[in-house]
Amino acid sequence: MSISDFLRGSPDGVDVSGPKIVCSFDVGGITIHLTETIVLSWIIILAVTLLLLWLTSDLKTKDISKKQAVAEWAVKTVYGLVEDTMGKRWRWFAPYIGALFTFSILGSLISMLGLRSVTADFNVPLTWALITFVLIHGTNIKTHGFGGYLKGYVDPVPVMLPINILSEVATPVSMSLRHFGNVVSGMVITSLLYYALSVVTAKIGIAFMTIGIPAVLSLYFDLFSGFMQAFIFIMLTMVYISNADGNAET
Amino acid sequence: METNNVDYTELSRAIVLGASAIGAGTAMIAGIGPGIGEGYAVGKACESIGRQPESSGAVTRTMFIGCAVAESTGIYGLLVALLLMFANPFINKL
Repeated sequence: MSISDFLRGSPDGVDVSGPKIVCSFDVGGITIHLTETIVLSWIIILAVTLLLLWLTSDLKTKDISKKQAVAEWAVKTVYGLVEDTMGKRWRWFAPYIGALFTFSILGSLISMLGLRSVTADFNVPLTWALITFVLIHGTNIKTHGFGGYLKGYVDPVPVMLPINILSEVATPVSMSLRHFGNVVSGMVITSLLYYALSVVTAKIGIAFMTIGIPAVLSLYFDLFSGFMQAFIFIMLTMVYISNADGNAET
Repeated sequence: METNNVDYTELSRAIVLGASAIGAGTAMIAGIGPGIGEGYAVGKACESIGRQPESSGAVTRTMFIGCAVAESTGIYGLLVALLLMFANPFINKL
């Protein structure tokens, strides 16, 4: 539904669909679709890069500027969170967590500009969850050795083997579906409510229902839900990886 | 005697769509469990913050993660409902 339809109140039905394909081209017989998600992801990446370049330009050790204070606070918060959750020896992991959190939260918040959330495409959270899956198993093999890693599957009794495999597979599935489901349900509920409000407006003829109420809903479904899901995703990533690491101090 | 001119293709589509709508509504019963579970978890977190206010940060963080994990069954139900409503897999099988 376009904004002008919404303000006028046009009841032409609610449209919930996947990301639109911007253009598609052939590479060696395989058709590659360039979707809205990819375009918006690159816009986010560009915006974050420019923001970080601006924040980290002209750094000083004395008499720091306001923007440097903001940059230092952000870096300190991410490092502190990683050290609290995973222990000091995982300090090097903080940049990945920070990048994931930033991308996730901006990908969800882009819906406040009237664009489609990047995280409302299942490919995006699934990719992150698969990265986490690889990291969990990599860490497990690194600390326990390959034999010890395989032995973990028949722990405590060999009968548990199918259940253990299933629970390992369930981790990325549930992580990605949780993020995707929350963002998409917010999108569907907001669009259903916009539709209902625009029908009311069309019946009455005055656009008083469409002003104000969507902002309150957007505050919960976009701002709170987007922040929460980004936070939960990074927390679960950190907890799973540090659990796979057998010799962590905490 | 009347001639039977019911369009069976339309009728079967209608039955599938109606059954899908009922299925979508039924799938959302899955929301009960996470609702009760999360409410209980949040209540317990409030209790423990009341007892030890200095540990409120850690308690809140742990509670949110627990809530998120408890919520996943509800989210699965929601996804089934959304699939049935917006990407119905059965209607193309007719």
